[in-house]
Amino acid sequence: MDAITADDVHKSYGSIKAVDGISFKVQKGEVYSFLGPNGAGKTTTVEMLEGLRKADRGEIRVLGEEPWHEASKLGRTVGVMPQDFRFIERITSREAIRYYCSLFSVRDKTKELLSLVDLEEVQNVQFQNLSGGQKQKLGICLALINDPELIFLDEPTTGLDPKARRKIWDLIRKLKDEGKTVILTTHYLEEAEMLADRVAIMDHGKIIAEGSPGEIINRMGKGRKLTVPYGEKLQEYLSKDLKLDCNRTGDSISVSIHSNKDVINILDFAEKNGIELTSLSLKEDTLEDIFVDLIAEKEGTS
Amino acid sequence: MKIRNIIADLKIYSRNYMRSNTAIFFVFIFPLVLMLLFGSIFSGSTTSAVPLYVQNMDNSGNMSNTFIETLNSTHFVDIHMIPDNVNIQAYISQHSITAALYIPSNFSSSYNTGNHVSLVYYNNPAVSTSSVAQQAISVTVELFNSHFASQNQTIAVASTSVTTHAASYVDFMIPGLIGLVILTSPMFSMTYIVSSYKKEKIFRQLSLTPLTRSEWFLSKFVWYLFISALSAIMIIAVGVLLFHSSISLNIYVVPFLAIGVFMFTSLGILAGSVSKSEESASVIGNIITFPMMFLSGTFFPIEIMPTWLQSIAHVLPLYYIIDGLNSITIYSNFNSATLDFIVSVAVAAVIFALSVYSFRWKEE
Repeated sequence: MDAITADDVHKSYGSIKAVDGISFKVQKGEVYSFLGPNGAGKTTTVEMLEGLRKADRGEIRVLGEEPWHEASKLGRTVGVMPQDFRFIERITSREAIRYYCSLFSVRDKTKELLSLVDLEEVQNVQFQNLSGGQKQKLGICLALINDPELIFLDEPTTGLDPKARRKIWDLIRKLKDEGKTVILTTHYLEEAEMLADRVAIMDHGKIIAEGSPGEIINRMGKGRKLTVPYGEKLQEYLSKDLKLDCNRTGDSISVSIHSNKDVINILDFAEKNGIELTSLSLKEDTLEDIFVDLIAEKEGTS
Repeated sequence: MKIRNIIADLKIYSRNYMRSNTAIFFVFIFPLVLMLLFGSIFSGSTTSAVPLYVQNMDNSGNMSNTFIETLNSTHFVDIHMIPDNVNIQAYISQHSITAALYIPSNFSSSYNTGNHVSLVYYNNPAVSTSSVAQQAISVTVELFNSHFASQNQTIAVASTSVTTHAASYVDFMIPGLIGLVILTSPMFSMTYIVSSYKKEKIFRQLSLTPLTRSEWFLSKFVWYLFISALSAIMIIAVGVLLFHSSISLNIYVVPFLAIGVFMFTSLGILAGSVSKSEESASVIGNIITFPMMFLSGTFFPIEIMPTWLQSIAHVLPLYYIIDGLNSITIYSNFNSATLDFIVSVAVAAVIFALSVYSFRWKEE
């Protein structure tokens, strides 16, 4: 069953096309992540799904409802942590959570939510005096008040220290284990690669790649790369005899290899010719490599 | 609409408000400082010529005109005529007059024939200026009586107390300062809050909760009504205890407090909604608030201002609130207060409608 469907959705601000005809589906229980450089249209897309912005064209369904008109109805089953979350300045975290509990008519969850994101120590500090990361954490708490089926997290770990980020990652995994659907917008590609079932890479308002991180890497990655120290003889062997793609950067050569056999041949050649391999590394393309290539490709063509 | 949501929002808003020193200063400290300052400067000051209203029913002879001219020549009184086709007592009440003289229709004929005639002086004995007018009348009457050799007084003056009284400066300041609080506390806060909540996207955040815009508005209205009432009580207490103000208090002050707070809460929301940024909101808020603060009778009765400024005052919504409060607390003139209330309700309704139209929690 689909939690979200979007079909040919457009949104412009004046002459700027923020979202330019995107279509996608998110299944229930999935962690779906939007990736893309700044200004790619991620936040606009997410805000349209949340019912905070109205699409100019196209159809959106979130848990079966049209979000712009049914935002308050959806508010009961959806949780939203907006990017750069802000709250009433002289209100403490504890008071904010209690306030939301009253509005949503749920029991007082202050204690459990504060401990979920490690905010107990600063629960009586006014919002204006919280650090950036603590503010984000309160935003997450408020998004979870109504025990939502679907949770939007717009850059939840931006500005958090490594320990706090791990805590949020654990929380997202826990939400997934509970069967909740999570829409995650992030700048951190390793975060998406680690947490998301599927990702959509956006650029200039369009989705330029979609699928599980593994699928995208297989489909768009350039395979494995072996990096060896530069040597004239070795380079000649790699490009002429083995006919492999070579790329020299400084003191090293990066070779795209096709199979394990290539690696064995290279090691054999070095051994026979007395070439000292002072460094050696084998690496597969990550989502980040593909992302950078994709965006660069786009920039080149646009 | 859920009472539970209004209460939850009221709780959070009041906490945030009470933690702001600026807000507390403007609602509770600022009016007191103004009162102590202006009250000390102006209390006890009186003008040299006292207004005296005269109704001359005597059309048969010119003795009454001579009497009035003589009265005028004392320079103690500034004479205003009351038309002869109105009921003097009703007129006094409607126009909040503190000293008036009634000249009966048989004045000239009685005087010329040496018959006894009685004038009626309507005044409020509690007001210092009323004795000034009384002395001017006594002097003139004696002068007229002295024309007769007879030892009998031909003209006599009967004094009648009227309920209206001339207010001391602090009496004017109390309704004025209450008006100031009704204006500034919701206006400044709402303008700032609406623009900053918009900028910080707090409204968008709230739009995803079960709280509705009307619940949010109502909780603000209830809060400002509460603190304005509290501030009003404090202003009155200081006025009465420290400056011996003699204003009369009654339940009719409450509707003015309510409609005033409703009007300026709406106006603050409107100003905040139409502004593009916090800075422009503060400019718009000040442009609306400051002229109203000085020209609506807040710090002094508008009657002392030039006529052209008075006409400006009449288009300012706060004028009707303060005029209504003056009518109730100083003059006990309920007809005038009713009119002020009707005007205020109409203005508030228009402002409220505009604020509903322009106040959005999220943009398309």
